[in-house]
Amino acid sequence: MRKISRLGYEARLGWALVGPALSVIALIAIFPLGWTVWESLHLHELRMPWLGQPFIGLANYVEIAKDPRFWAALAHTAFFTVVSISLELVIGLFLALAMNRVFRGRGFVRAAVLVPWAIPTVVAALLWRFIFESQGGIANALLVDAHILKQPLVWFIQTSTAWVPVILADVWKTTPFVALLLLAGLQNIDLSLYEAAAVDGANAWWQLRHITLPLLKPAILVTLIFRTLDGFRVFDLIYVLTGGGPGTSTEPVALYTFNALLQNLRFGYGSALSVVIFAITFGLALIYVRGLGVRLGGEEA
Amino acid sequence: MTSVRAAEARAKRKKAAGIQWGSWLFAAALIVLLLFTLFPFYWAIVASLTPEAALFRDPSLWPQQIIADHYRALFVDRDFITPIRNSLVVAGTTTIFCLCVGTLAAYALARLEFKGKAAIMGFILAVTMFPQISIVSPLYLLLRSLHLIDTYPGLIMPYMTFAMPLTVWVLTGSIRQIPRDLEEAAHVDGATRRQSFTKILLPLAVPSLVTTGILTFIYCWNEFLFALSFTLGPERQTVPVAIALFRGQYQVPWGEILAAAVVATAPVAAMVLVFQRRIVQGLTAGAVKG
Amino acid sequence: MSRVALEHVDKTYPNGFVAARDLSLEAADGELLVLVGPSGSGKSTVLRLMAGLERVSDGVIRIGERDVTDLPPQQRDIAMVFQNYALYPHMTVRENLGFGLSIRKQPRAIIEDRVRTVAASLGLEALLDRKPAQLSGGQRQRVALGRAIVREPLAFLFDEPLSNLDAQLRVETRVELSRLHRKLGATMVYVTHDQSEALTLGDRIAVLKEGVLQQIASPMKLYEEPANKFVAGFIGSPGMNFFEGVLTRIGTGGVCTFQGADFTIRVPCESGTNGRVILGIRPQHLEITDDSARGDGVVRAEVGVVEPMGNEQIVYVTLPNGERAVAIAPVQPRITAGEKVSIRVRPEGIHIFDAGSGRRMAR
Ligand SMILES: Nc1ncnc2c1ncn2[C@@H]1O[C@H](COP(=O)(O)OP(=O)(O)OP(=O)(O)O)[C@@H](O)[C@H]1O
Ligand SMILES: [Mg+2]
Repeated sequence: MRKISRLGYEARLGWALVGPALSVIALIAIFPLGWTVWESLHLHELRMPWLGQPFIGLANYVEIAKDPRFWAALAHTAFFTVVSISLELVIGLFLALAMNRVFRGRGFVRAAVLVPWAIPTVVAALLWRFIFESQGGIANALLVDAHILKQPLVWFIQTSTAWVPVILADVWKTTPFVALLLLAGLQNIDLSLYEAAAVDGANAWWQLRHITLPLLKPAILVTLIFRTLDGFRVFDLIYVLTGGGPGTSTEPVALYTFNALLQNLRFGYGSALSVVIFAITFGLALIYVRGLGVRLGGEEA
Repeated sequence: MTSVRAAEARAKRKKAAGIQWGSWLFAAALIVLLLFTLFPFYWAIVASLTPEAALFRDPSLWPQQIIADHYRALFVDRDFITPIRNSLVVAGTTTIFCLCVGTLAAYALARLEFKGKAAIMGFILAVTMFPQISIVSPLYLLLRSLHLIDTYPGLIMPYMTFAMPLTVWVLTGSIRQIPRDLEEAAHVDGATRRQSFTKILLPLAVPSLVTTGILTFIYCWNEFLFALSFTLGPERQTVPVAIALFRGQYQVPWGEILAAAVVATAPVAAMVLVFQRRIVQGLTAGAVKG
Repeated sequence: MSRVALEHVDKTYPNGFVAARDLSLEAADGELLVLVGPSGSGKSTVLRLMAGLERVSDGVIRIGERDVTDLPPQQRDIAMVFQNYALYPHMTVRENLGFGLSIRKQPRAIIEDRVRTVAASLGLEALLDRKPAQLSGGQRQRVALGRAIVREPLAFLFDEPLSNLDAQLRVETRVELSRLHRKLGATMVYVTHDQSEALTLGDRIAVLKEGVLQQIASPMKLYEEPANKFVAGFIGSPGMNFFEGVLTRIGTGGVCTFQGADFTIRVPCESGTNGRVILGIRPQHLEITDDSARGDGVVRAEVGVVEPMGNEQIVYVTLPNGERAVAIAPVQPRITAGEKVSIRVRPEGIHIFDAGSGRRMAR
């Protein structure tokens, strides 16, 4: 009896304190999400208000399934995500191992790598776009000087070369974040394990494979989740660097959706695309959390 | 006994050799990475100080002639002050509001026992992973029907979608790291829950609040998609949108763009350099655990 | 000052763990009650229940005659000293000491006065304007103590307050606490896992195991008449020796024989005691003689390790059947490892416990 009233008090206080934040989130994130679903079941062309907003069932989704530009965009997104995350994990792991060591200038290194993470993605994209400009870009100048290229390249006119600055910019900007998450994991590893291994004659490579990587697995998985979801949301970077071009050959799903919504003002179709993106990210997150058994540090347990 | 000692000695020698080798490689790789990291900044600063004509004729790694024309053009001709003010207003308001509301929620999530807490944490984490694009369309329609397109509230409200969960998540993580027994001691000393919150926890949480505020501010300052979707013209554009949409009369005004990039980067870079240790803590608080 | 009592208290944590089971115990008015038990036995839980930091699942808590079961900590008027002191890091020593009074809206002059008096009695005057981070461990400990005293609470609760101090400081502070207790005449409940601390400090000692009260008694009684094998083994250092065996009555004269694996001995016993038992004997009551001794309660043994303690030696021996035992012997004659000796069990030091329940059987 008593216990119930006491628990009741904490529960009421708890919900009262969480309430405002929760309702803000619900109001501006969850409610619109529901609205998106509702929109996606309707024909809604802002350009053609005379059509009204008739209910058309799953027609938008059927259109998506048959839309080659959507499938291409999905492939671009997946390509971008896989390539950039692989690079980031490898370089990030190296950086994390480096920052975990004690050496002079460690603080400087940490600050230096953090700056790219903190600046606007748009700015990062512009810096790299400038570096890869066809005329007067420093990348061309350096590569020609080094005799890697015979003549300056117009990077953004070909799909294969257009990806180079995109991926480089993403690696440049996001590796620090990856390194930080991994570093946090590294710092949880008991140093005496390494000492014991060293006494047993294990070399650095053996230690990396048999101590560091296994114990780092949770941190790596968490990083993987965050980065995969980020990868699937990529927008700013490509909007600024290639605009999805040449043509639509580097267009990711978020950019395609944005164009459908705010360029072509096709709100029904764009909303359906939004729902699909949401479902994909949600599914990916579920697979990671369930399938790989990742525990995110919510509970103290 | 001797064999163990011999093995140890061998291990030591091996290790010493490994370290020599390894540390050279290590240092070299680190330097390459640092160059890779710092070069774009260096290049942007150099280029923003170079006359446009020289920029495209024959790019050189060292500045030949330094001018401030691009910066002058940026603030005089382009009125870059406006986007900066917009960004400050929007990011600042969002951050302060999120901190006020988020602190209460984080306190409850970190300190109170109640049913549904785990679910709330899961929900908040899920929302931080939300693709922004999936709510652009209803937010646009909503803001349009409220006549909030191209206004400050019309940006601040959407910004809450990512800023609020971020704030709550990071704050909850850092409040959990403050030992509980200080508040318990205060209770035993006679403090009510409210007093132990205001007199003990809050003062101790100030550093966490600052860190969280910085993180939230950075995220808002950098946001692009919403700002692009929900503004119409230079009046209300934020810094990233303004820079991305810079247009010249005949060609891309690279000099001004880079000057703007330097201006937009400087405050965040300064914050990061000053608070790097705390930012790292805040970012990883609660993110990675066992 | 007033008594603190638990009546039939159960505590189940939200995760289902039962940390206290039908617990009844009382610290009488002005008494210093020590709670001991191994790690995880529920000592801190009991203290937190008394303080109101945890809520009972069932049962009643009283402070004085008042039922405080439902009162939050701030209304119970007790003080608590935490293991790691829990000093407020953002306040000076002065503010730490005065916190409890200022939160109760006492006039500033009174606070200032009380703080000064208490600081003087604990030798803290010179430290009043420092922050906790600028204090040594011992000084922090005294501030924590002072913060409790300043308020003149109904009772004091201590959760292993000495465990973070070095050995010498611990002994000094223990004496200090004892003196303080006598001076204030206050009711105190003191948690420790160190049985020697318990024996020297407590008016009475309550022994806990897995959330269940094993015995509550004065130190002497606890030492001499442990209620069960657990208490017998926990109190006293080095711990009591135990031997399994069978007890058989001979005749009607209240005498039994204990038949163990290694030795046989006649012991006094009451009617009704028969069957499998455990014989307990403290190291002080195992007498080491030379190899030649024979007779009732004598067993031959080989010395394993000898720890010279200055005024005595602690001798670890192995009996013929592999059982191990500890004995305390005078410094002379010196005993060396590997030596063959005889050990005599002194019948007056014997405790007998039921083999199944571990409960003490009358001697
Ligand atoms: N909040 C809690 N939730 C669940 N179980 C708990 C909680 N607090 C304590 N316990 C469990 O209750 C038992 C008793 O804990 P308690 O802290 O009272 O032990 P203790 O006797 O003080 O031990 P120690 O000497 O190590 O301090 C332990 O097994 C502990 O794991
Ligand atoms: Mg304890």
